[in-house]
Order: sequence, then structure tokens, then C-alpha cells
Amino acid sequence: MITEKILPNVSRRALLTGGLATGFLLAFHLPLRAAVNEPEQPKDTTDGKFAPNAFIRIDETGRTVLMMPQVEMGQGVYTSIAMILAEELDADWAKVSVLHAPPNDELYANPVFGLQATGGSTSIRAWWKPLRAAGASARAMLIQAAAAQWQVEPASCTASKGEVVHAASGRRLGYGGLALAAQSQTPPKDVPVKDPKDFVYIGQPLKRLDTPDKVNGKVVYGIDAILPNMKIATVATCPVFGGKVGKVDDSAATKIPGVRKIVVLDDTVAVIGDHMWAAKKGLEALKIEWNEGPNAEISTKDIWQDLRAASAKDGAIAKSIGDIAKGLASGDKFEASFELPFLAHASMEPVNATVHVRPDACEIWTGTQIMTRVQAEAANAAGVPVDKVIVNNHLLGGGFGRKLEPDMVVTAVKIAKQVDYPVKVIWTREEDIQHDVYRPVYRDQVTATLVDGKVSAWKYKIAGSAVIARWLPPAFQKGIDIDAVDAAADMPYDFPNFHVEYVRAEPPAVPTGFWRGVGPNNNVFAFECAMDELARKAGKDPVEFRRANLTKNPRALAVLNLVAERSGWGEPLPPRVGRGVCVQPSFGSYLATVVEAEIDDIGEIVLRRVTSVVDTGIAVNPDTVKAQIEGGLIFGLTAALYGEITIDKGRVQQSNFHDYRMMRINETPKIEVIVVKSGEAPGGIGEAGVNAGPPALRNAIYAATGVALRRLPIDRKLLAAGRKA
Amino acid sequence: MATNLTINGETKSFDAPPEMPLLWVLRDILGMTGTKFGCGIAQCGACTVHVDGKAVRSCVLPVSAVANRAITTIEHVGSTPSGAKVQKAWLEAEVIQCGYCQSGQIMSAAALLATTPNPDDADIDAAMAGNICRCGTYVRIREAIKQAASGRQS
Repeated sequence: MITEKILPNVSRRALLTGGLATGFLLAFHLPLRAAVNEPEQPKDTTDGKFAPNAFIRIDETGRTVLMMPQVEMGQGVYTSIAMILAEELDADWAKVSVLHAPPNDELYANPVFGLQATGGSTSIRAWWKPLRAAGASARAMLIQAAAAQWQVEPASCTASKGEVVHAASGRRLGYGGLALAAQSQTPPKDVPVKDPKDFVYIGQPLKRLDTPDKVNGKVVYGIDAILPNMKIATVATCPVFGGKVGKVDDSAATKIPGVRKIVVLDDTVAVIGDHMWAAKKGLEALKIEWNEGPNAEISTKDIWQDLRAASAKDGAIAKSIGDIAKGLASGDKFEASFELPFLAHASMEPVNATVHVRPDACEIWTGTQIMTRVQAEAANAAGVPVDKVIVNNHLLGGGFGRKLEPDMVVTAVKIAKQVDYPVKVIWTREEDIQHDVYRPVYRDQVTATLVDGKVSAWKYKIAGSAVIARWLPPAFQKGIDIDAVDAAADMPYDFPNFHVEYVRAEPPAVPTGFWRGVGPNNNVFAFECAMDELARKAGKDPVEFRRANLTKNPRALAVLNLVAERSGWGEPLPPRVGRGVCVQPSFGSYLATVVEAEIDDIGEIVLRRVTSVVDTGIAVNPDTVKAQIEGGLIFGLTAALYGEITIDKGRVQQSNFHDYRMMRINETPKIEVIVVKSGEAPGGIGEAGVNAGPPALRNAIYAATGVALRRLPIDRKLLAAGRKA
Repeated sequence: MATNLTINGETKSFDAPPEMPLLWVLRDILGMTGTKFGCGIAQCGACTVHVDGKAVRSCVLPVSAVANRAITTIEHVGSTPSGAKVQKAWLEAEVIQCGYCQSGQIMSAAALLATTPNPDDADIDAAMAGNICRCGTYVRIREAIKQAASGRQS
């Protein structure tokens, strides 16, 4: 499980300088140029403010601006990170607002990755300790300032809701009035953080800070940025992976009113116009010959064949307990392989970036999960120094891992270099889906034995892309992709002989990357499907069987027991209706889920009800936790029901929401999420629900029909009534 | 030739090809970016606006087709009774995650409540199935529409 810093060789300097008040370390950056339609935002200036560290700014009116090292893409992190800071700062929540942090790894690097990235359900886990310390230290400086003014001992003062209070004399001073005096205080060492019983914000379902502007059209996503003299471009990239632009005949396109310029790049053609319509019509009017290159015969059929061959090889050993060979030599044997398809991200905000390349600088307006990498890659593409690249980040209209890649910004910079005005480059939905960085195909093999109704040996082998090896190369060690094996090597069950291997298998030419749920998507699916089949082999109820194998994991057992109770597990159901269960460790949290589904005579699936119980440790904002599980379940169930990107003749065959389907409201079941009270450290939550939906649904189908599905998405043809299990 | 449209009660005059979809007129000519681009083929509902009070997908609606019609967008829907109720319920039920689809969701929900003040689940499904939410906020959308209809608080 990726819960600690995963880069062994990166110093903790960024964490320390960013998180702890060791002086007046401020975010230095070039002045940002807001889009003209941007709602007015506070500026990150520190003049005349209490600015004890990179995260906190309090002005003389007490207005408290908190700098957000992680990006907001819907997961609620701007609110929960602000809650952590405000809690230890004892800020007045009504005076809190938040600001996107600029790209700066020294100040804002995610301690898990060593760079300023938002992903892998790391935000709260990574920042919990440093931000509590930053808030507590700032509070201590405000108390010192008040105590000095009153000539009393700091220890005789307390803080609450933006005020320092001296109870003995009844005196109070607001943080605004103390801001300047606090700025000259020396930060004390080792300020204790609060006892959780004293929390006033953490644990409360506070309203999100980002939503009021999302109901009235005021919010500005990257795609909404408007700049003076800006033009709009749209692109066509060679439909074959790795192919290049050959000849372009633009004679018809240039005649279209509003078309301004055709830009030909190595693998992409862009049309710049006065508006998106002119750009689209211009692109349609181009006659482009592509040099399809060596990948014009690639197909998913061949990729699956290659992956199956690769998964027959021995892999690098990720974990080995007991004696696997001996364990597999006796008992009742079970073998199965599980296969998961390529998936596109399809965030609702299509991929886009707005860029203005000027002689002195390159300025970018976008929504990215990876600020500093975007800055570095843009500098490279623009041919300017990194400190001349200004990144104006925005709220993201969904990320899901797609915006952990900088490719769209690089392409936009290359286009914008050809003109002297700002260009907003918008990918059509078709280009977005056909030129994604895809969730890899995976093949997972389980070989297990049962002795006395319990698992005695479990050999597990994952074959698939090593996304980590490309995205964060130093973290790829000894042939193991820590993401691909996540939730497998640290599975919740107590198997006496246990062995996990990983085979790196890269599909030819198809770029692969992180997709919400990340590595555990494949492992939780394979584990929990295999557990259901083993339960049946052992003649046991699936929940009972899991309990028997969860002897050393009380948190996992507790969520399983509660979900069984709340879902009505064991109560009678009509024919062709089934319940399926999934229990999983998840980024420091534990989740158990029951899906109840009906499978009609032709194999169509109706989701009736989903119940999830989550132990995420301390839930910073319990309503956000619920929302993330609800949404994650739908994200995962969508993939199970519909999600598959296929490739033929080197091209992605899907293009838009008619053939890359999303679950809709009329297909959405009743969902109940129970967040259990816990005093453990906070776990991750953004990915968890995504992992849970597919195996729980598959196991419900297994219960209802007896058909043991081994691949996703679900093949309805296998589920028609009367088919043999 | 100048085109005139009545948007949010104001007359707007601009030059645009007659077949240009209303979505791009709103976003790229008039600078009204609350209405979103999601798919361009009326599959996702992110671009939903009201034309004479009905929810329509502006990404496939030629601007020439709405010349004499009353257009309402997310920027102004809060001034209609059903729009205001929906916006309030959306915040009370904490529906929104990334929010990108929510302009369209709110426009569809406001149009539903304007004609069907007390929708049941089937009414909600029929009115809202054209709006995709990738964050998966559907459970709360359903709840918020019911809250907006009944006027009760969460």
C-alpha cells in the first residue's frame, strides 16, 4: 500500500520547508494574470500580513487565505485541507478562503511523491501531519503576540475561532489585529497539535467552499479562461498510435470564415479560429494524409494474446509468506485468471489548455493535477527557462488521473508558439477519447488451495503496464510496480502461504497511465472474485468464508460485519436477484460493499441497491467521504457495465458517449454509505469506491445466475436465462 | 449579417454563421462560459439551456433556430422560481463534486420542476437521463430535486 513517501532518494526538505514554520518562507512566483472572466480572487501577497509559512496568510481584517498544495477536481480537498489548517490554527471558518498554490515543489510538493501532484488518494494522508503542524505553529505565534501585548504568559492564553483569549482577565484579540505583531514572533519549536477530542472542524460535515460558484455558472475551469485577443483551436492527432502527419491540403479550410491559421505539428494538425465552431469546421475541411507508421496493424486482440503469453512467465516477487510450493501441493485446488480492459478517463471537461507564448514568457491557463511537471514540460516545449513559465491553475472539471499527464499543455504550447496571441486549445470529445493515456489492460492469475474450508495457499500473479516506471521512474524498484501490486501484496486476509508476483508487460504503442482507483482496480477485482468462487468451492456463504479468513484484520472484519447487517445479507431474494460482497484495504482505509442486482432473462442488469461501510480513520469531512464513496461506486460500476476501449488497425474504436457509455441517473441504484467512527490516522478515499463496485457486482451476478464472470466489462450474452453456469 | 438573440431577458447582437451551435455563440462570442461543452453530439447534457422554458442541448442547436425565442442560461436561471429552488437544494444536499456537468443538471432539473412541481422517480429519470455526471452525483441529484420540490431542508 502506498501510504508513505515512495521515493527513497528524495529529501524531506520540501516537506519540512513547506510544512513547518521555520522562518518566512513564502511562495515566490511571477504575478499571475487572471482570465478576464475569473471571479475576483484574493492575491497571494504577503505584505502587511501574518504569513508564517507557505500555507497561511492572515491580513489585518482577519481574512484568512489558505494556500492549497493539492488541486480540487471534485474530491472536496480544498475544503478538507482548509479544515485541517483551520482546525490547528483555530481560524474563524467564516473568514477562510482558499487559493491555488503556484507551481513550487520546494514549498508544495506532495510528501508522498516528492512533487506537486494530486493523485493516488494521497492528499489527506500526505498533508495530515505537516498541515496540522503548520497550523499549530501559526496559532502559537498569534498567542505569543497577544501574550506579549498583554504582558502575560503565552501558556495562560488560548485560541478559538480567530481570536486569542486570556481567560483570567477576559481579554480577547482577533487574529486580524494580531497579524503584524505575530509576523515578528519567532516560531516556537515542537508545538503540540490538538487532541482529537478538541477538534471543532475536523469530523464535521462542513459545507464545501468550492460549490457556491458551481451552481450559477460563475466558476471558471481551464476551458473557460478568456483572454484579450484570444483565439480558439481544435486538433486532430494521427488516429494510429505513433503515426505522423503526412500531407495537409488546407485550401478549403482557409476559406472558412473565422479560420485564422492552420498549424501542422509532428503528429497533430490544429486549426485556429475566432471560435470553436470555425476551428471545428476548418478541421473538417482539411484533407490530411497520415503516415500511419509501424503501429497500423495493432489490435486489442493481439494485445490480449501478448499479455496472456507474458503472464505465463515468472514475475518479480512482490511478497512471499510461508512456503507457497508446499502449500499448493495439497488441498482442494482452484485456478482462475481475471482480465481487465483498456479504459479512457472521459472527464466531463474535455482535455484543454490555453497558452500565450510571449518573447519573455510562456503563460498557461489550465486545470492540472501535476503543476510543476506541466511547468517544466512547457518550458521545454516553449524553449524558455522554467521560471518564465507561469501556470494559472483552475478547478478541474474532473481529473481521474488524466490530468496527471502534461501532454495537452505541451501540444498547446507548440501550437501557441506559432502565433503571437493567446490560444485556447480544446480537444473534441472524440479526440479526447481516442488520444487518452489509458488505464492498462491487466491479467491476474490466482492459484489457491483450500484446507478445512479455509485458504491454505494463495499464489497471485499480475501482468500489466508499469505506469510507475514511466511516471515516477525512481520509484520503480526491483521489477516491481508498487501501484500495480497495490492492495494485492497487502491484502486483508490471513493466508498461511501467500505469494505475489508481478510481470511487467507493456502494450505496443498504447500509452497507459493512472485511472481513478489505480492499481487496486485490478487486484481487488481478482481477489474478491476468486474469494467468492473459493467460498462456493468450500460450500460456505461468501461473507462467512471471508470472516474465516480475516482472522488478523479487525478493521476489515468490522466493516464486513457491519455491511452484512446493513445490506440485509442473507435475507431471501426473488429469482435472478443476487447480492455480492467485496472487502478491501484501500489506501489506508477499509471498505466493505454489498451490491444487490437483478439479471433479467436476456442478461440485462438492474442495480437495485448498494451498501458500503467505510473505516477511513479520522474522517476530516464525513460528508465528503460519503460523497467520494457514492461517486466512486458509480465510477467503478460504470466501468463494470460498459467500460472498454478497443483498438483495431492501430486506432481506438470508441469516440464519444454513445459508444463509450457512462452510467446515467435512471440506472443508478439506491446507495447507502456508512462512515464508521474511528480514531485511526486518516486514510485515502477517492479511489476506494471505484475498486469496490466491479467485484461486488460481479459476485452479485454469480449469486443470481451461477455464472462466474472472469472479464470486464460484463458480457450480457453470458447471462441470459437458461445458460449453464 | 447581425443575429439578434434574447438571452436572459437581454437582446444580444452579434455576427455568426447561421448553422453555428448556440453553445459556441454563448461561450466564444458572448463570453458566457457557464454553459459547458461536453460531447458536441447531444449525448451528455453539459450544454443544456432553456429555450422558451424547455431544456435543450445547445451544442447541436443552430443559432438561426432560436432567433425569436427566449433563451435562459445557468447565469440567469436563479432568477426563475424553479431555478432558484434547484440551486438552493443543490447546495443544501451538497450535490456537487467537480461541478462541470452541474450547469446542465441544474438547467434540466429547473425545467422539470417548472412543468412538474412534484416529480416522482420516473419523472426524474425521464428528465435527467440525458445529463451525464462522471463524478457520480446522481443519488444526490435525485434527493435534491425532491428537496427542491417539497421545499424541505436536508
